[in-house]
This record gives sequence, C-alpha cells and structure tokens, in this order.
Amino acid sequence: MTHTLFDKIWALHHVDTRADGKHLLYMDRHAVHELHAPHAFGLLDESERRVRRTDLTMVVQDHTVPTRPGVIRISPHIQATLQAGLRHGVKVLDVNDPEHGIVHVVTPELGISLPGLTLACPDSHASTVGAIGCLAFGCGTTELVHVLSTQVMAMEKPRQMRIWLDGSMSDWLNAKDVALALIRRMGVSAARGTAVEYCGPVVEAMDIESRMTLCNMTIEWGGRTCLIAPDEKTIAWCKGRRGAPQGQAWDEALAWWRTLHTDAKAVFDEEHHLDCTDLSPQLTWGTDPAQVIGINEAVPQPMALGASAQERATRALAYMAVKAGQSLDGLAIDRVFIGSCSNARLPDLRTAARVVQGRQVAAGVQALVVPGSSTIKRQAEAEGLDQIFLQAGFEWHEAGCSMCAGANGDIGSPGQRCVATSNRNFENRQGRDVRTHLASPAMAAAAAIAGHLTDVRRLMETPA
Amino acid sequence: MKREPLIEVHGAAAPLLRDDVDTDQIIPSAYLKDMNADMAQGLLAYMRRTPDGQVNHDFVLERPAFKATPILIVGSNFGCGSSREHAVWAIKAFGIRCVIGVAMADFFRENCVNNGVLPISLELPAWSELSQWAVAAEGQQALHVDLARGVIKTDAGQQWPFEIASHARTLLMEGLDDIGLSLKHMSAIEAWEARTARQRPFMQSCAAIST
Repeated sequence: MTHTLFDKIWALHHVDTRADGKHLLYMDRHAVHELHAPHAFGLLDESERRVRRTDLTMVVQDHTVPTRPGVIRISPHIQATLQAGLRHGVKVLDVNDPEHGIVHVVTPELGISLPGLTLACPDSHASTVGAIGCLAFGCGTTELVHVLSTQVMAMEKPRQMRIWLDGSMSDWLNAKDVALALIRRMGVSAARGTAVEYCGPVVEAMDIESRMTLCNMTIEWGGRTCLIAPDEKTIAWCKGRRGAPQGQAWDEALAWWRTLHTDAKAVFDEEHHLDCTDLSPQLTWGTDPAQVIGINEAVPQPMALGASAQERATRALAYMAVKAGQSLDGLAIDRVFIGSCSNARLPDLRTAARVVQGRQVAAGVQALVVPGSSTIKRQAEAEGLDQIFLQAGFEWHEAGCSMCAGANGDIGSPGQRCVATSNRNFENRQGRDVRTHLASPAMAAAAAIAGHLTDVRRLMETPA
Repeated sequence: MKREPLIEVHGAAAPLLRDDVDTDQIIPSAYLKDMNADMAQGLLAYMRRTPDGQVNHDFVLERPAFKATPILIVGSNFGCGSSREHAVWAIKAFGIRCVIGVAMADFFRENCVNNGVLPISLELPAWSELSQWAVAAEGQQALHVDLARGVIKTDAGQQWPFEIASHARTLLMEGLDDIGLSLKHMSAIEAWEARTARQRPFMQSCAAIST
C-alpha cells in the first residue's frame, strides 16, 4: 500500500461525495472562537437549525479577551457567545475557566485534538494541531454553520506537498526561524490549495510545541492544512490528557496511531527540501511573512527581486521605514509581544525567560508576555518564569490572542516598531501604521533587552 | 437559507491592482471588535481614509465613478491571511458582487461563494488585458460578467472567458444553500457515525467536552 499520511486520515473520514463533486469529510471535533460564534449561532437560529453534535463541539473565548491583569475580561462577543452557548447547549470554555486560552493551544492541551482525528475550526491557524497528526481545517462563518448543522465539511481534495527539513538546528534557533526561512524560500502563496506534510531530521528532533509553531505558520504561505506524522514524542505528549482515550481504548488508539505515517513509495504533487543547519535567527523586514532575512543579512534591494515582488518590496520598505541594503541589527524598537498561537507555549516562555533572566527591558520599550493558555500561565508561574519577566520589566498577562490580531484592543500607536512572536506582519494588523517584525521568542526577548533588533546569540555571549 | 441567485453582474469595474491584499487590509480588526460595525465603511478602511478620518479621494473606491461599483478587479493572492468571513461581508456590504483577480486565496474564494459574491481567477495575460481596460475605462464604461456562459465582456466587444468550479457556479446561480446540499447525505453521515462508534468509540465521544 502506498498512501500518504494525509490520504490515510482523509480516506477514514470520507463520508460521501455530493452531486456537485464536493467531498463530505467528517469532523471528529469542532472548536469555535467568539469572533465567529455569535454570527454563526445567529445564522443557525435564523435557519431554525440546531447544533447536531453538541458533544463534539466546543466554543473558546480568545480573540477579544482583554488580557491585561486586573481588567474585567468581557466584550460584546464574549457575552453573546456565552448566551449562544447556553441557548444551543454547547460547552463554552469561558474566560474564567482554569483551562481557558487560545483555541489552537487549548484543544491539544485538553486532548480534544488527537492524532488521526479531524478538527474543524473557523480560523486560518487551525492547522497548528497538524503538529500532533490531527488533520485540521480552517473555515469562514458560513462553513462553520455547515459543520454545526451536519458535522461534515464539504470540500475539494487538496493537492499534497512534502517539505523535508534537513540538517539540524543550532543553539537559540526556534521552529519560527525555520518557518520564516521556509516561507521566504517558497513565497506567500506556494501552498495554496495544498495539504503540506513536514518531515525530516529537524522535524523529528523538534519537541511537540516547536512542531506546533511550524504547523501554525502553514497558512502564511497559503497552505490549506498540514500534518506531521505522530511519533513516540507525540504519543507521550497526548497520554493522560482529558480528552484522550483511556485504558484499553488508549492501547487500541496507539496501535492505530503507529500506522499513521506516509508509506515509503507514496507520491506527492510536490516535494521540497530546506537545509536548516546554517540558519541564523530570521526576522521579517517587510509586511508579508516571506519578506524575511537573517539577522546577519541586509534588507534586499527591490531591484534584485522579480517584477511583482519589486513593487511589493518598495511599498513594504516605505511602510516599515527601513532601507534596502541596511542591516536590521541595531534598529530601535518600541514594543515586544511574546504571545499568540504561534509561540506562547511553555518551552517558548522558558526560552524567552532564559534570555531575560538577570537583565532589564531597555528604557522606553513596552514588553509583554501573553501565555497561550491559563494552563501554560500556571505552569510558567510554578516555575517562577512570571517573576523573571516581571523583574526584568515585562508585563505578565492573562491568556488570549491579545496583540497578535489586536481584536481585544491591545494595539500599538502609529509609527511604533514592534517585535512579535505571532504569525502576521501585515500592514496595520497590530494597530494603524504599526511596524511589525516577526521573530522567535528568543529574538523578541533579546530585542526587548537591547532596545533594538539584535542577534540573541551575541547578547547571550555576555553574562547578564 | 436560500439566497438571491447571481447570474450576471453589470457595471463599473474598479481596478485595485495590488498583489497580496490581505484580510487585515480588507477589513481591519477595529471593525471586528464591534459586533454591529458598518462593514461597508470598514472595507479597505485604511486605504480609503487617513488616521484622522479624512477621505482619500484618490483611492479607487472613493472616486465618484466607483462609489457603487459592483465589480472589483484585484491583483494576485487577494484575500490572503485570515479566514475571517467579515472580509467578504464588507465587500458585499459595499455593493460589490464580483471580484476578479489572479489566483485568489482559498478561504476568501470559498467565503465569496458562500455569500453570493462571484470570485473569478483569470490567467495572467487575460487579467492584464482586463485590468488595462478597467484603468482606461475609469468606470465610465460597463463590464458584463456572465456566469452562465463563463465570459466577461465589454460593450466594445472584448471578451475574456473564465472558469469556475462547477459546484461554485451552481451554488451562485441557483442561490442554493450549501448546507441543504449536504443535509441530503444525512443517512451516509449517520452510517459513518454508527460504524465509527463501533470501531473506535473514542472518536465519537470526547470526555473533555462532555464533562
């Protein structure tokens, strides 16, 4: 048998094919967030339909949650979502729940996302959980109502692409650096209509949280979804989680999960390799996630890029107030945001804390850490990470999406330069005329300390 | 939830000839925060207005000829970024019923079809001709998009054929409810559930949700 990992999960969940050619794929789990929930439940009410499987559906509050400590965590979306959840008998993981957090962080934490399962989530970063071999699809509000009403998603079968991450990663390098280097190489739309599988020695060496960072960034180069084959690390990570099978069911699940890999002779529509051995820390210089350079490189000359990229690059240089040919090393910054579904899990916070420990945030820089979930926040506090951040001058927030999308009001002021561990450096995303540089947690922490973009490896050569 | 069928779109065609216009530009997050925000005002808000609210009269959608444009011509990869359906709601609220570009982002294309907005992806040569025509026409001549025949025409007789997935064409032309189409397969869905509950019961229940 020669099937890809994607084929195996797809085939198992394929329910039927509609007359119009669309495939109906069963969604084992459905996780919704409050930016969509009020609209979606409203549409459901209008059409007098019900949630078919309340036992497989959960709503999370994340995008609009005020995360600043001491602020009452409520918004019109949060309130409307609570009411809709009650009306439809759907579980809402509310802001005061001890396990509350960002949807892509909490579903694997709670064992709602599991290897071999499918997950629908009305958010483009749904594929974060591809890291544990869970096949996840993002969608808009109408499609979300479709899943609520039927528990299937109607879709075309994506093309398939395999990405080999070869070599190894040096100290202070993060999955974010790998993802940014990959997007730089592939361009922002290379994976459109495509299911990506990541593999190779670098992926095997990554912990589960790093794999989540890598998978989180798939949509940033256009991918429909992505997967990493579950291995013994995945199994150990999932074991004992509340939604994971127990006892005999766990043993049976294990036997199945160990078959979830791409067969040796399986064929992909496309395959690409990226050698990660000599990567330096990466960061974006422009306004799309392919406009990336290493900290030791110069911002490219638009002339050196293709015709279409040239125009984009010229506009990006103007928006970002950087010049072609300059180094980003030394560029003064105003804000640092360590958070989001991309990089706010415990190992990310530990790495940032190692950089920050015994040092101080530079004068004039506002730096915040927003854990991906309340569980991560508690774990970090148990390890004393919050104290390291607070003593260094960081703000230590409650869990939520916060400044990634700014939908909770956490935004910068016009002209501010922000280093963010989130996934989008689009114009105006973190506030009107805010200039965002995407980077790893270590690089973001280093920038907070230095007061400018800098190579974390150099900073760490000098004792605190 | 049957929608008004979309068969033809006629009228001005506004050229917004940029690549990679992302969803944060199409509908800034400030317009997502407010549940009752004016989505038509939110469409491309930061391109249309300065931070102090002054209208940028040079921007294509603020020019008188395009204030009620039913057609928007965009560059490649339009609608990349988030899956927020608000991006299409804003486009529709403005009155646009057809977006023509080169290889649109997946989520955006799907959200268009689900909201009765026709997304057309052209090959680059055809797109170049059409966008040149639109720039020259300045909204003074009408463009005719005929979904049934799969062709875009000008009054002067220029024509560009286009392709669209058959399910998208059917949904748009008949104003069909996509959910209704899937509900016809309920017995297959129930059979799948019954089989899975027997073979791997944990797939059909989740202790983290039900408790």
